[in-house]
Parts: sequence; structure tokens; C-alpha cells
Amino acid sequence: MTLRVAGLGRRFGLADVLADIDLELPAGESVALVGPSGCGKTTLLNLIAGLDRPSAGRIDNGYARPACVFQQPRLLPWQTTLDNIALGLKAAGMARRERERRAAAMGLRLGLADADLDKFPHQLSGGMQSRVALARAFVLEPDLLLLDEPFSALDVGLKAELYALLLGEIAARKASLLTITHDLMEAVRLSDRILMMAPAPGRIVGEYRLERPRGQRDEGWIYRTTAAFMDEPAVRAGFGLPGQGGGAAAADGGSVVALASASAAGRTKGRA
Amino acid sequence: MKLLRAWFAGIPAYLWSGWGALASLFMFLALWDWGSQIYGDLVLPSPLATFAQLGALVDAGAAWPELAVTAKRALIGFALSLAVGSVLGLLAGLSMTASMMSRPIVTVLVGMPPIAWLVLALLWFGAGDATPVFTVFIACFPIVFVGALQGARTLDGQLKDVARAYRLPLRMTLSDVYLPHVVSYLFPAWIAALGMSWKIVVMAELLATPDGVGAALAVSRAHLDTAASMAWIAAVVGLLLAVEYLVLEPIKREVEGWRTAQ
Repeated sequence: MTLRVAGLGRRFGLADVLADIDLELPAGESVALVGPSGCGKTTLLNLIAGLDRPSAGRIDNGYARPACVFQQPRLLPWQTTLDNIALGLKAAGMARRERERRAAAMGLRLGLADADLDKFPHQLSGGMQSRVALARAFVLEPDLLLLDEPFSALDVGLKAELYALLLGEIAARKASLLTITHDLMEAVRLSDRILMMAPAPGRIVGEYRLERPRGQRDEGWIYRTTAAFMDEPAVRAGFGLPGQGGGAAAADGGSVVALASASAAGRTKGRA
Repeated sequence: MKLLRAWFAGIPAYLWSGWGALASLFMFLALWDWGSQIYGDLVLPSPLATFAQLGALVDAGAAWPELAVTAKRALIGFALSLAVGSVLGLLAGLSMTASMMSRPIVTVLVGMPPIAWLVLALLWFGAGDATPVFTVFIACFPIVFVGALQGARTLDGQLKDVARAYRLPLRMTLSDVYLPHVVSYLFPAWIAALGMSWKIVVMAELLATPDGVGAALAVSRAHLDTAASMAWIAAVVGLLLAVEYLVLEPIKREVEGWRTAQ
């Protein structure tokens, strides 16, 4: 079970939105794609999810049950919470009683109340809608989760809670995770490997590995690692941050870089 | 089904809200009675006189057959416009070119006075069932057409992506994603068209047919029988109100429960 992307490109009209993307996501790994707005992150995720067709290159998706969580909850407004969560199960042809049982269990596990299950999306708060969108993906027991900044509109407390639920879920199922985000701390929190993207055309300009296992990261480590990550030249350049990074050594062409207090190491892959 | 349960739970509140409607109707009757006291029964018969006359018409067996004929014509024209307008509107909405091209035509159709259609229909079909049916059809068609067109044009690309990402089969995509959305646009248009059909049919009958409520109105006008005219009007409006609040409004509340549920 691996996702392999090779030489992927996507043009819209005359504009190259993505060019020459290579990416591999083996089973159980969590990868974050970070980059400034408009660098083609969402286009890449749409291609991987099969919602769009590449102009060049190949995608071999070896995962059997991928599931998507979009930037907005995108719930069906005319269906109750329960039916929304059970959407994918219904599409797979599961009997009503069984899919409602699973959907209810998943909804409750993600912090929805019993009464919420009968409500329609417009009666739920934004945070609750995000939980429903996550539940809709989790209930499929996916082996690959594709997340397109689903937490970007939520407050910090809610984010922390949903991160914990997400990490617990993928750890329990040994599922793979591909997260898109422009929130570097979110990337450091959720992933084993971070890919830095740059725009015009969208391409991967840096690759960083976080050595400490996901389960053993405390807040201090996350803050320090994020700070170190932001010092990386490719990251500073990619987000248009002024000046050179102070702490970390400049890295080019495959040298190994410590991200934070020697607990994490990254390597940048030089690209012309 | 949850929608249905929510709907039944809502019935007491719905009936209770009926008191407000009743109160405003009685206000209207009071104003009407006041007017009749000022101007006299010849100009404006009192509500009491009107309903007594209506009762007499019903007792004499004159009311129901005429109302049935009128209802039949209105419903045939309405059903035709509903079928043709929905299908053509949806098809036009699926294509950008077709929806742009149909817009000015719809504007012309909406702007055309129904009485003009009636005159044309009289020339084309003569005095008979076809004339009111056609007039109703052509007056209701643009309303339904626009509703269907907007429903199809506003289909949400984001929800289409959800349908694809969660691997919904085509049948489920239609029934769970497209249909509810389109119905939420179509249904209000259908209701508006039904009200329109009921008004247009009476007007068409007044000029074009020897039977029906419109014809009865023409006769009572010729006899300067204001009370009978008012009685027929009350019958038509009463029927419309009954259909609207006893049939359509509850259906609407169920169909759009996801939008209005508290």
C-alpha cells in the first residue's frame, strides 16, 4: 500500500499550477504539504483524491480506502448529522441499520451529543460541523486520509482536541495521512515528514523529517521545532519572510539539518 | 423517517400559528363589513350577504360543477407548465449557453400580459377548454422555467466533489445531492405557479368559455348581481387559501425541513 506520484504536472490554460511533483507516501506515514497560499497544494490534493486529472505524470494510488476532509465541512444541508456521517457507508451499499449504528458511534466518539445526530448542518456550530466532516471520513475506516486544511477556521482549543482525535484515529488504524496546511505548527504536530512547496509553478522545494515519534511530542518540542523549521532558508523564502534564518545552518543539496535541539533532523532536496 | 417525525412534532405549533392567520382574516372581514355599511349592499355586499349567497349557490347545486370545471382547466394548464417548464428549465440550466440564450426569452414571456395571451388563444383555439388551459400554461411556464433553471445553475461544485470523493454511485448522487437541491428551487416556483394558474383561469373563462367560475362571474356582472359576483370570488379565493394552507404549506414544511427546522 503506497501512494506514488511521479513527474506530476497540472496546467490550467496557459498557467503551470503544478510542475514535476514527485511524492511517495508509504503505509502508516504522515506527510504534511506546506506552502504559501496559491502554491498548488489544493490542486495537488484534488489530483491525488481523483477529483481532477493530471496534465502530465502519473499517480499510482495503492490505497484501497482513501477518504477526504475538505477545507470547509461541505455537509449536505438537507441531511441530518447522522445521514451526513453515514454518506460514504451508504454509497458502499451498507444496510441502513448497520451504517446508522456505526455513524452514531463515530459521531459520539468525536464529541457530538446524541441530540446533534438528528440536527441539520445549519443548526450546528462551525466546530460541530468540522467534527461531522471528520466523522464522515473516519467512519469509512480509511487507510489513507487526505486533509485539506480542515482546521484552519477553528479556535485553538477546538484544534487541539481535534488534533488529538485525528492522531489517535490514524495511530489506531495505522492509516496514512496527507495533510495540506499553511500552519507550520500544525504540520510539525501531525506529520513524520514535511514537504515545502513553492508557487509558480507549484513544486516541492524542501523535505524535512521529524524524528521524534508522533506520540511523544510535547508542546515545548512542537514550539521549538516549529521555530527551527521557520528558520530553514527554503521555508523563509517560500513564505516570503524577510531576512535570513538565524539559528539553523543554511542547507542546500542534500545536507542534513537539525530542526530542533537535535531531536529532529531534516534534509532538503536541492531542486534547480 | 426523521423528517416526517419532525414534521408531526411541528403540527401543534403549525395549527397554533393558524390563530394569527385567522385573526388577520377576521380583521379583513371587519374592514369589508365596514365598507359595505358605508357604500351599501349594491356596491359592496356585506360578508354575511356574500356568504349567504354562496350558501344558496351551493344548495342550488350550481357552485360545485362550475368550480370543478374551473379547477380541471387550471390544473391541466398548471400540470403542463410544471412538466414542460421543469424539464426545459433543468436542461437549459445544465448548459451555460442555453441559460444565457433563454434569459431574454423568459423576460419576454414574463413581461407579456396574460390578457394578450388570452386574445391570441381565443384567435387560435376559439371558445372552449383549450383557451383557458393554454393561457394558464403560458402564464405559468416562465415561473417554473426560471425556478428550474436557477436550481440547475446553482448546483454546488463543492458538493459534486464530495459525491465523487466519497464514491457515491450515480443514482445516489442524483437522489441525495442533486435532487434535494433542485427541489428546493423548484418547489417554491411550483407553488407560485399554482396560485397564478388559479387567477389566470378565472380571467380566461370570463372571456372565453360558456361555463366555469369565470363564466358565472360574467353572467352575474351582466345581471348587476354584486352579491353573486362576490360569492363566486369568495369561493375561488377560499379554495385557493384551503389548498395553500392545508396542502401546500405542510408539504413545503416537510420538503424544506432542513432549511427551516429550529
